[in-house]
Amino acid sequence: MAIAADSQFHVLAVDDSRIDRMLIERLLKTSSFHVTAVDSATKALKILGLVEDDLRNFDTSVASKFHQDVEVNMIITDYCMPGMTGYDLLRKIKESKSLKDIPVVIMSSENVPSRINRCLEEGAEEFFLKPVQQSDVNKLKPHLLKSRVKEEQEQPINNKRKGMEESYSPNKNRQKM
Amino acid sequence: MDVIQWQRQHRDHQASMFREGFLDDQFIQLQKLQDETSPDFVIEVITMFFADSENLINNMKQALEQTPVDFRQVDAHVHQYKGSSASVGAARVKNVCVTFRNFCDAQNLEGCARCLQQLQHEYSLLKSNLQHLFGLQQQIQAAGGSIPTIE
Repeated sequence: MAIAADSQFHVLAVDDSRIDRMLIERLLKTSSFHVTAVDSATKALKILGLVEDDLRNFDTSVASKFHQDVEVNMIITDYCMPGMTGYDLLRKIKESKSLKDIPVVIMSSENVPSRINRCLEEGAEEFFLKPVQQSDVNKLKPHLLKSRVKEEQEQPINNKRKGMEESYSPNKNRQKM
Repeated sequence: MDVIQWQRQHRDHQASMFREGFLDDQFIQLQKLQDETSPDFVIEVITMFFADSENLINNMKQALEQTPVDFRQVDAHVHQYKGSSASVGAARVKNVCVTFRNFCDAQNLEGCARCLQQLQHEYSLLKSNLQHLFGLQQQIQAAGGSIPTIE
């Protein structure tokens, strides 16, 4: 069974800071991702077609995918945003039948262990401290390839929790205030 | 003046900016993201940073002039500025923001006012230093040379 590993992954980046949006977009593009960057969680939900999801609680994930305008393979979002936070967005995605298997990564400028744990417990794949580095972005492909394999095998059970058993430690090499 | 001399000036000026703490490693990360497909990336980001700086500093100033001062509002602006300065490698600006946030938490108006002044000062220094650096860059590129990068 061939994995379409060379077809581009589409990442949806969410950040209210336009400088950080520019940075994350550039970082992702240099890693050959296709990127859509938006400035709010509300806009992200629109792109994900989540509004439609509520109307069809009994749907299959296939039916829902037709309603998504664009297929999104990963969401990377800032934690602190006015209105809906990145954490709220993460929860909405994990509560959605059609979207819960999309890997979500959280970014934050603040190293708060309880915040990090809360996000990982809610199902975030990774938590990156800002400013995000190339080495952080390099960690994304494995999550995306894993999702793609899962899709192709049509596994019904979500295996994301496996990732959390590995020890997580924020990047201590950079000086943070 | 020939290209070699412009390049030396560029290298020296950039090195001194790092030595004096104006810039940190994140600025190098920005330079690494610049290539043929995005040849003006650093200048674009920094230009955006200048605009954000002026906007945010103004917002802080206005927030501190209110009676009574809403320190959470001031802090929100400082938090944003801390984030963007960290993202571009503006180390001295970022450090003032850290101190500034502490004074906001303590609701210390005098401390906040001092930090605002410091921020304006640091931003002004950074801006003129970076503009000098980009000026040298343009001279080099106009003369057909390439920009020396710090390893």
